[in-house]
Amino acid sequence: MKENVVIIGGGIAGMAAAKQLQVLGYQPIIVEQKSALGGHVAQWYKLFPDMTPAQDVIDELTKDLKGVNVFLETRVLNWERSLLQHEYDVTLSNGVQVHTKAVLVASGFRLFKAAKKEEYGYGVYDHVITNADLERWMRGREDKRIPDKPRAIGFVHCVGSRDLKAGNSQCSKVCCTTAIKQAIEMKERYPEAEIYCFYMDLRLFGKKYEDFYINAQQEFGVHFIRGRVSEVGETIDGRLQVKAEDTLQGKPLKVQLDLLVLMSGMICNVETQTWARELHLNIDNDGFLKSADNVMHIVESNRPGIFYAGACTGTKTVPETLAEANAAALAIHKYLSND
Amino acid sequence: MIKDGKQEIWSDYQKEIPDDHWYYVRSCIRQNFFPGSERFFLEITKNVLGKDMYETPHHTTCGGIAYHTESIPQETAMTMVARQFALMTEAGYENYCPSCITSFGNYVETLETWREFPELEAKIRENLWKACKREFNKPKYIAHTSDLIFHWREQIRQKAKHLLINRETGEPLRIVEHIGCHYAKMFPHKAVGGAEYPYVLAGMVESWGGEVVDYPERRHCCGFGFRQYLVQANRGYSVANTHKKFESMEPYHPDAIITNCPGCPYFLDRWQYVIAEQTGKTYGRNGYGIPVFTYEELAGLVLGYDPWDLGLQLHQVAVEPLLDKMGVEYDPKAKYLGLNKEDLLRPEMPSSIKCC
Repeated sequence: MKENVVIIGGGIAGMAAAKQLQVLGYQPIIVEQKSALGGHVAQWYKLFPDMTPAQDVIDELTKDLKGVNVFLETRVLNWERSLLQHEYDVTLSNGVQVHTKAVLVASGFRLFKAAKKEEYGYGVYDHVITNADLERWMRGREDKRIPDKPRAIGFVHCVGSRDLKAGNSQCSKVCCTTAIKQAIEMKERYPEAEIYCFYMDLRLFGKKYEDFYINAQQEFGVHFIRGRVSEVGETIDGRLQVKAEDTLQGKPLKVQLDLLVLMSGMICNVETQTWARELHLNIDNDGFLKSADNVMHIVESNRPGIFYAGACTGTKTVPETLAEANAAALAIHKYLSND
Repeated sequence: MIKDGKQEIWSDYQKEIPDDHWYYVRSCIRQNFFPGSERFFLEITKNVLGKDMYETPHHTTCGGIAYHTESIPQETAMTMVARQFALMTEAGYENYCPSCITSFGNYVETLETWREFPELEAKIRENLWKACKREFNKPKYIAHTSDLIFHWREQIRQKAKHLLINRETGEPLRIVEHIGCHYAKMFPHKAVGGAEYPYVLAGMVESWGGEVVDYPERRHCCGFGFRQYLVQANRGYSVANTHKKFESMEPYHPDAIITNCPGCPYFLDRWQYVIAEQTGKTYGRNGYGIPVFTYEELAGLVLGYDPWDLGLQLHQVAVEPLLDKMGVEYDPKAKYLGLNKEDLLRPEMPSSIKCC
């Protein structure tokens, strides 16, 4: 009989880990609270730096899940150590109880609520949206906030990130490259539009990211303004008046835009924190789950039999998440083999 | 604009405001600029609403102007604040309301600083004892006087003689609200509605039948930043700020402006004359400017007080167009008659902006 492994979270981390665990001979059980697998990536359009369709990633991961037990619209109700040492009894909201020696937490992240940065006017002014809203629109969901033929579009980096007042001093890592990606995508749709990216620093750490950025300027004419947006207002004709500082020119800047996209940062999942505390799992000071070690044991927790993959421990790109999911599956295999 | 979005933000910034028994302290300068405002705040709160409002002639400046112009150090300003609190304590009150918005900011800053640095509070207590043998309790509640009028706005509405409605068209009057910087920008959670979309004046306008105008430069300074105005060489910068605001609000054709700071109505009112002289442009209809009011003056008009008793004759920009819109009765001949009908003479009328 195959050994159960409970995977909390049906995003790409959970899906990739389930695929690998199945190959290794285990019985993965994915518990996903939403009505579909794929997590955040299932809502995205294209992935940087090669503009890979996000749906291709989801389809690839989904096709190898045939033997995996998937419980959608299901939550973990209760999770406790069993009478046997280092084993767990997991009760799900659908009434299923699972006894397992290994649990993989792949519960991901949530996005910072852009409305908290009140000065940007999300939820107040008609044409202010987030990066997630734009991805959904590009996937085909209607969004009346996006005008038909915008003449000028702005992207605000670091919304809710690197911001002590917003309660999050960490960098969200992927937003800069996402902003560049979305700027390019909008320029492709609206070649006559002026596109502005308002940034603090440009974090372009990955393979081909720097080329991506240079291409955005040279081929697509995206304007990069180094300076924070201080305030957004609405003009009488419904456009947005955006005030910012151009620190490289050393002067204030005011532009009128038809659309403003706020790059909401990835932050920790508060729900994860709740049951993490109940299980005495360490939480790092950035609110994400704390790995046993940030170098050699990043997929392991402080409790035997509990493993991590993906953004539950911190911001990750898609390739990093997939790599970690595979690493976690192997770590679980090693753990269960030694048992 | 999504009104629900603002409502959601406002709900995050609710403030507990006790309904009675307030210790009132005046502004250094408001009685010179808008002499009716403080008088009518007390008239409305005490005699119309029946509240217990206490003031003593022994109180002083809070030290805010001197502190913000770096004439005195923070410790000195805090000791002056401590003395103010001592007078409140001696009078048996625990709810403190200053008339000046900069004072409100100063008191809140002092209390928050003491909360974070209790050793500083201890030092100030020692300073006060050494200076004048006084001790104090910190106020249990501190609110700006506009918070109180906001809190009682519905009661004022119930006694209203004139709402903020154009009596000819039946449409709500379009009112720009301008909040003093020291009300919310430093401590948003001490303000009704927070710093970005404060509700304290918007709530009054809506309650009294008017419509709030949001325009792109709503949050911009009025020009009374000390460094702009107190430094004479910078006064052009001060006018430029006011000019920017009026240029931005002009397409919305506001009927009036309501403010809650000593300096803001002064500058928004007076600089309209200077802008008219410099550029030939006025922002009201037919050569008039846009009248600017303190919230006490507007509350007084709503309650039916005589505009000249409210001190509106001291405004640079003519208020008569708004009075006519609201249907407020007034005697133009009595405008410059003082107590006992004494002739106060006439101010020189500018040619660049229409005044009455």
